[in-house]
Amino acid sequence: MSWETVIGLEVHVQLRTRTKMFCADRTTFGDPPNTNVCPVCLGLPGALPVPNAEAVRLGVRAALALGCTVHETSVFARKNYFYPDLPKGYQISQYDRPLATGGAVEFESPTRGRGRVGITRLHLEEDAGKLLHDRVPDRTAIDLNRAGTPLAEIVSEPDLRSAAEARAYLQTLRQILIFAGVSDCSMEQGSLRVDANVSIRRPGDPRLGTKTEVKNVNSFANVERALEAEQLRQQALLESGARVTQVTLLFNAGTGQVKPIRSKEESHDYRYFPDPDLPPLVLHPTFVSEQRAALPELPEARRTRLIGAFALSAYDASVLTSEPALAGYFESVVAAGVEPKTAANWVIGDVMTSFNQTGGFSVEPSRLAALVNLVREGVLSHRAAKRVYAELGRAADETPRAVAERLGLVQVSEEGALVGWVDEVLRSHPNEVGRYRAGESKLMGFFVGQVMKRSKGKADPKGVQPVLADRLR
Amino acid sequence: MTASALDLQGVARDTGARLTRAERDGLNAVLHWDQALLDAEASRVEQSRAGGPLRGVPVAIKDNIVTAEQPTTCGSKILEGYCSPYSATAIDRLRAAGALIAAKSNLDEFAMGSSTEHSAYGRVRHPLDPERVPGGSSGGSAALVAAGVVPIALGSETGGSVRQPASFCGVVGLKPSYGRVSRFGLVAFGSSLDCISTFGRTVRDAGETLSAISGPDPRDATTVDRPPIAVESMADLAGLTIGLPAEYFPADLHPGVAAALRETIEAVKALGARVREVSLPHSKYAVPTYYIVNPAEAAANLARYDGVRYGQRRIGPEGDIRALYRATRGSGFGPEVRRRILVGTYVLSAGYYEAYYRKAQQVRALIAGDFERVFCDGVDLLLTPTTPTPAFRAGEKTDDPVTMYLADIFTTAVSLAGLPAISIPAGRSDGLPVGAQLIAPLHRDERLIAVAGVVEGAIAGGAEVRR
Repeated sequence: MSWETVIGLEVHVQLRTRTKMFCADRTTFGDPPNTNVCPVCLGLPGALPVPNAEAVRLGVRAALALGCTVHETSVFARKNYFYPDLPKGYQISQYDRPLATGGAVEFESPTRGRGRVGITRLHLEEDAGKLLHDRVPDRTAIDLNRAGTPLAEIVSEPDLRSAAEARAYLQTLRQILIFAGVSDCSMEQGSLRVDANVSIRRPGDPRLGTKTEVKNVNSFANVERALEAEQLRQQALLESGARVTQVTLLFNAGTGQVKPIRSKEESHDYRYFPDPDLPPLVLHPTFVSEQRAALPELPEARRTRLIGAFALSAYDASVLTSEPALAGYFESVVAAGVEPKTAANWVIGDVMTSFNQTGGFSVEPSRLAALVNLVREGVLSHRAAKRVYAELGRAADETPRAVAERLGLVQVSEEGALVGWVDEVLRSHPNEVGRYRAGESKLMGFFVGQVMKRSKGKADPKGVQPVLADRLR
Repeated sequence: MTASALDLQGVARDTGARLTRAERDGLNAVLHWDQALLDAEASRVEQSRAGGPLRGVPVAIKDNIVTAEQPTTCGSKILEGYCSPYSATAIDRLRAAGALIAAKSNLDEFAMGSSTEHSAYGRVRHPLDPERVPGGSSGGSAALVAAGVVPIALGSETGGSVRQPASFCGVVGLKPSYGRVSRFGLVAFGSSLDCISTFGRTVRDAGETLSAISGPDPRDATTVDRPPIAVESMADLAGLTIGLPAEYFPADLHPGVAAALRETIEAVKALGARVREVSLPHSKYAVPTYYIVNPAEAAANLARYDGVRYGQRRIGPEGDIRALYRATRGSGFGPEVRRRILVGTYVLSAGYYEAYYRKAQQVRALIAGDFERVFCDGVDLLLTPTTPTPAFRAGEKTDDPVTMYLADIFTTAVSLAGLPAISIPAGRSDGLPVGAQLIAPLHRDERLIAVAGVVEGAIAGGAEVRR
């Protein structure tokens, strides 16, 4: 008998602000420990939080991008627990009155086709600091640079049905948030973190099984691995006649195992209550509608538009919209006069390879367009153009044509030169010439290849064949 | 006297001499002072162009308001020797007005108490009778003003911690509307109630001090966008209606307090005010409501004293982080602080939140609603006793927290409603001061000060000070 997995995700994303949620310290990643701190985020006696308007704006944008209703009044609350990385002994979060509720994300499920995940809520909160266990021998050091960093927590409905589906949803969510400009969503820098609630049940059973929580998984691949591991652990329990108990687990990426860290009985009672230091957050409806109007085109809309406007395949369109920068680059290349399918091939190929390595574009769209036109005009072979492209990034002042000429890659179609290469090839392959003349006409391809090789790729293949046919007659 | 004629170094020296004498007399009202710092303050003011009434005036600061120049202990072992890297907004504003920060005054630990007996650094003596308490939690500041050591002082109010000791010591204690004075740098206790408040020997002195520190502050999101409180005066009370809430004049009110209030009422009438009995029926729930809201907020506010980043640290026997928390907090906090943390943790815990904290917030709204209704109904100000009795004896209430809590029975409702109120000396009972409390509508702080000034001038037993 099979099992159905039910998954809901809690995703924390760092909002792209210059300063922290409740004070003016920078949010820069990787600075020396405890350099971006002040009385507020250190939790010193007498210090008070003041909300960062930009963080609120980005939170509203994120909520709107996810189709949520942004509430006119939301309330910051204190979530109380003791931990050395939490300077005040409570985290400022939102609890029973979050910033936004009731959105949805459409995504491509690997198993069910087009899918939809409900977004239960989005709320604002501050991050904790970081414990460093490897800096000082036998001691734990604390870096509070991250303490107070603004986060949006995005809680989904339990609408996901497999680990692979959870991963696909996360990728879609990440894309939306990047397109909306609210977060970098970099898992390496911890600006996107995932906790997952998992339960299993028999297909068709309307009741949910007992859920467990897998915490703080640090990559999309590991989300999938961790959820698969937890799903198998629950199956093994139920199939052996045991029960699933409500526990929190940590995933060990090294072993691929999930390990319980605390049971429900040990779970925290966070004693949430409204933070008396912060008046309710009241957002004027005009502000919210301004943010809605200022929202950039989101991935789904852009995909649809790329397919419609440029007759791209769904695959090409979705690859191009994996990053807003790629889609923008593609449209600039088309605007510079390149046929869309050709432009898409270039962007998805060489451009994306270097983008993925460097995070940027080494060749301006107009120069790529000029290069592509050289291929269309027969000046360069496609292969030669790829070599010119690789060189263009390093030669910012040269035109593609100049680079092609410097590298000796411009195609030769002048008949005198072609005849010379053809005659050399025929002289060095007397056997094949005999066989061709005896009727083995498929050897034509072999001769063309040899000419291209001898010309070091410069011979225009369209000109080579008539010359060959003439000399072999 | 013009500002330029002030001998500021002389003021610093004299203040130092008075602080020394007060310490020698065993008042125990000061936790930190330093002649060198006082002299430096005088030099600083000499260089500054600050004019106005506070120029060259020495001020005592309750030791739960942070100052960068001297330690801030909150009267607690857990913050022994703690020095803040920054000063409170109120301190910056006092300095800008030309005041001299003279001393940090003793208080009930983290401002939790009504007698200043709960300080880790010993109890404060009443200036008129060392066997009695000066009230609390701002007992140190009240005693220093009453003893003539400094003319003005900052205290803090959460449920009456300035008005009550002002009443006990025979000085003026002035609490603003919530949000008129920045809490930035006031060590948080009950954040929705906390107000830095002022002491003076006269209404004008307390008023000018409040005026200097009031006004919005971008570092405190709960300050309101209103200008600093202005000190106004009026000739008489003609055309005003003063309400007397029946619940604040119980039959068993201390006879000396009742007598002083009767005289005050007569004085108010003589000044031309109409006097009317009114009812604040929910005020009787103020103390229990206060003792849910306040510990809940306090439990969270005091969580930061964990021994990890600053203050006292004790490593527990097990050597792990939980043991560090237990040992540090167990030994660093006194019994009253531990009691409130326990109560606060309890009333917020799962399954009890609705029954206690939520219910308390609802009652709080009803209490505030009573005041609003009365003020909408033609009453301009309310007049009540500040405390049910004059200063009590040290040790009299320390074994019974609830009796101690009831010392604030006439002040907590005002705090829960966030209203401005003042305690002014209204006479003596067996030689001990009695205070009368005036309460104004929200943000009518100016009118409160003006009316209190008129009443002060008309009643006997003003701020007598022992020199």
